[in-house]
Amino acid sequence: MTVGTVDAQAVQQAVSAAIERCGDHREDLIPILNDVNRSLGYLPAEALNHISLRLRVPKSQLFSVATFYQMFSTTPRGTHVIKFCESAPCHVVGGRQVWQALLDHLQIKPGETSPDGKWTLITVSCLGVCAVGPVVVIDDDIYGNLEPSQIPDILARYQ
Amino acid sequence: MKYYRSHVLVSVDPECIKRGAHEVLDALQDELVTQGLIDEVQVLETSRIGDASDSPDMMVYPEAVHYVGLTPDDIPYIVEEHFLKGRVATKFTTPLKVFTDEELSAPTAKEVRVVLRNCGKIDPNNIEDYAAEDGYQALGKVLTEFSPEQVIDHVMASGLRGRGGAGFLTAQKWKFCRATQDWPKYVICNADEGDPGAFMNRRVLEGDPHAVLEGMIIAAYAIGSNQGYVYCRAEYPLAIKTLNIAIQQAREFGFLGENILGTDFSFDLEVRMGAGAFVCGEETAMMASIEGNRGEPRPRPPFPAVKGLWNKPSNVNNVETYANVPQIMLKGSAWYAAMGTEDAHGTKTFALAGDVKHSGLIEVELGIKLRDVIFDVGGGIKGDKPFKAVQIGGPAGGFLTTQHLDYPIDYNSLRSAGAMMGSGGLIVMDDETCMVDMARFFMEFTQDESCGKCTPCRVGTRKMLDILEKICAGKGQPEDLTILDMLATEIKATSLCGLGQGAPNPVVTSLKYFREEYEAHIFEKRCPAKVCRALIRYDISAEFCTGCTVCARNCPTNAITGERRQTHVIDPDICIRCGICMQVCNFNAININ
Repeated sequence: MTVGTVDAQAVQQAVSAAIERCGDHREDLIPILNDVNRSLGYLPAEALNHISLRLRVPKSQLFSVATFYQMFSTTPRGTHVIKFCESAPCHVVGGRQVWQALLDHLQIKPGETSPDGKWTLITVSCLGVCAVGPVVVIDDDIYGNLEPSQIPDILARYQ
Repeated sequence: MKYYRSHVLVSVDPECIKRGAHEVLDALQDELVTQGLIDEVQVLETSRIGDASDSPDMMVYPEAVHYVGLTPDDIPYIVEEHFLKGRVATKFTTPLKVFTDEELSAPTAKEVRVVLRNCGKIDPNNIEDYAAEDGYQALGKVLTEFSPEQVIDHVMASGLRGRGGAGFLTAQKWKFCRATQDWPKYVICNADEGDPGAFMNRRVLEGDPHAVLEGMIIAAYAIGSNQGYVYCRAEYPLAIKTLNIAIQQAREFGFLGENILGTDFSFDLEVRMGAGAFVCGEETAMMASIEGNRGEPRPRPPFPAVKGLWNKPSNVNNVETYANVPQIMLKGSAWYAAMGTEDAHGTKTFALAGDVKHSGLIEVELGIKLRDVIFDVGGGIKGDKPFKAVQIGGPAGGFLTTQHLDYPIDYNSLRSAGAMMGSGGLIVMDDETCMVDMARFFMEFTQDESCGKCTPCRVGTRKMLDILEKICAGKGQPEDLTILDMLATEIKATSLCGLGQGAPNPVVTSLKYFREEYEAHIFEKRCPAKVCRALIRYDISAEFCTGCTVCARNCPTNAITGERRQTHVIDPDICIRCGICMQVCNFNAININ
């Protein structure tokens, strides 16, 4: 995950590596975007430029695909991305209180990045670990069976 | 095949990893190396074995001993006791549990395992394990003894219906696709399991991927296809990894690729990944996404069987549907048709979630009563509170209530009650759930996931959500209920795809069965379940409050004041109704009014 903009060389490298891995056909577009999004943390405009040239797909179409899917971000994200599962099974077992605790603690709105660039808070759809709801995923760590009072402790683990 | 005297399956489900399964796994491997047992004991990674709260856990075969609650420090002891001395380390076993392929729920007589038969029992990353459970035998039988038409007839006779939700006859779909005179044809597996609370497909993909592959290969043979795709959602990284390993192994063993099992039939498979769009579970949207476009649905007809992926005939089935096929071919259509009811044969997996004692995956015969599912298989409501409702079929499904407890769960009776089978999410709710809030919640989901292509769904769901939010905020108007009814009818009738057509269902069914709750919100400005924040306030009862100050210290907005050892007071204007005070109070002094 990266804060701020990424330098041009890194972008080009990420795009080339993604195309190398996934292929350069139109149907490889989503895997490519996924790959770039993963390595850079988001999809910078320059990355879309490069992909557009390499795949010979108009930028407008690329942008429309990149903004359609929830997992792609066209804006930079924080050092740590907090993903809150907003699905019904988590909701009925107290997800709302956990969500409120996150909002209170971070003082940012959903989809926003904190001013210091540390946190990005997003909601995600069901992660399939409903048996231990409410669930929050920070970067790649899953936290289940959460109570609002645990939120400060959990967030404190991240530098 | 290398011989091992013991096989250890360590659960590496995401939840178990979180609890340190990887550390246990590493410790186990290190210890086996140290003790010189690494060539005798095979360590494998598997999906979830038992209750996640017992993890990290592992299963030792052939003894079928389930060790739970492990830390890396326990490993040397277990290795010494079990593998060196040959004694079960009873300290870490779970004597009360039956050591079978359970995910979470205790097995009950009401459960049957057809689709889930191998999950947790075999190593999903080893094709030989699957083969040992009669895997790929059905494929061999099909390719040598059956013509494609006979396969379709056989599946038709079993009565298998689509497990993705709509319940269309599987063999009928295959027949249409086979009949279309256009090439190439594609076989697609819909593994975009996006319904909140549904994780049956994840379990099958992570626990028994070859069953799905075998089903797809048989379908491809029946239809006359040489290329297939599995479209899996990106939220399931482990499932994608397991699938890719399975496909690679199937190729090595000649079950995929050119001239399968020496016949002139060729077929290969690729995994395609979603990127977080619920609507991609709709078949036409999914195909658009595989092509690399925005995942937006298109009108049907033409149906995918005529014009699907890249405008070529395509057959789309759900993970569970395909996973049923090999066993139908192997054990016969009569065996399958004998399970279930007259118009819904076989079994169905459900994900039990919400306020139920044993949440988790279950597999039951179709036609089972709702009561049996909740109170028998699910063990009843958490805390023995009263049952209020169950939401079935995901965001496009509906609510069922106490009056439906003796309803059989099958396609037709669910539809007549206003719900639907859906992919199989079952969210159980107790009497502390506000139905208006739940309806609002589901509407928020569909509104958010609406792709925006057609107006009824894009604008209509927004309108409905606005009204529901207004009602929950205590600003509902008497005419709102009529408007909701009207919008629901219109959206249902005019939306382009299943997402929009199903979106009003939670509202429609909650209005039908819990109208009085809506009315309480609108006319009395009261939330009977004490959930909707604008309509409740927290109070501290002087009788129970000891003045311990714990609530005041935990209140995020400093809304609670009071001296030590004096009754505390909540200022309703500052209070944000987060409920933290109620959770931290040790004396149950905080009430909701």
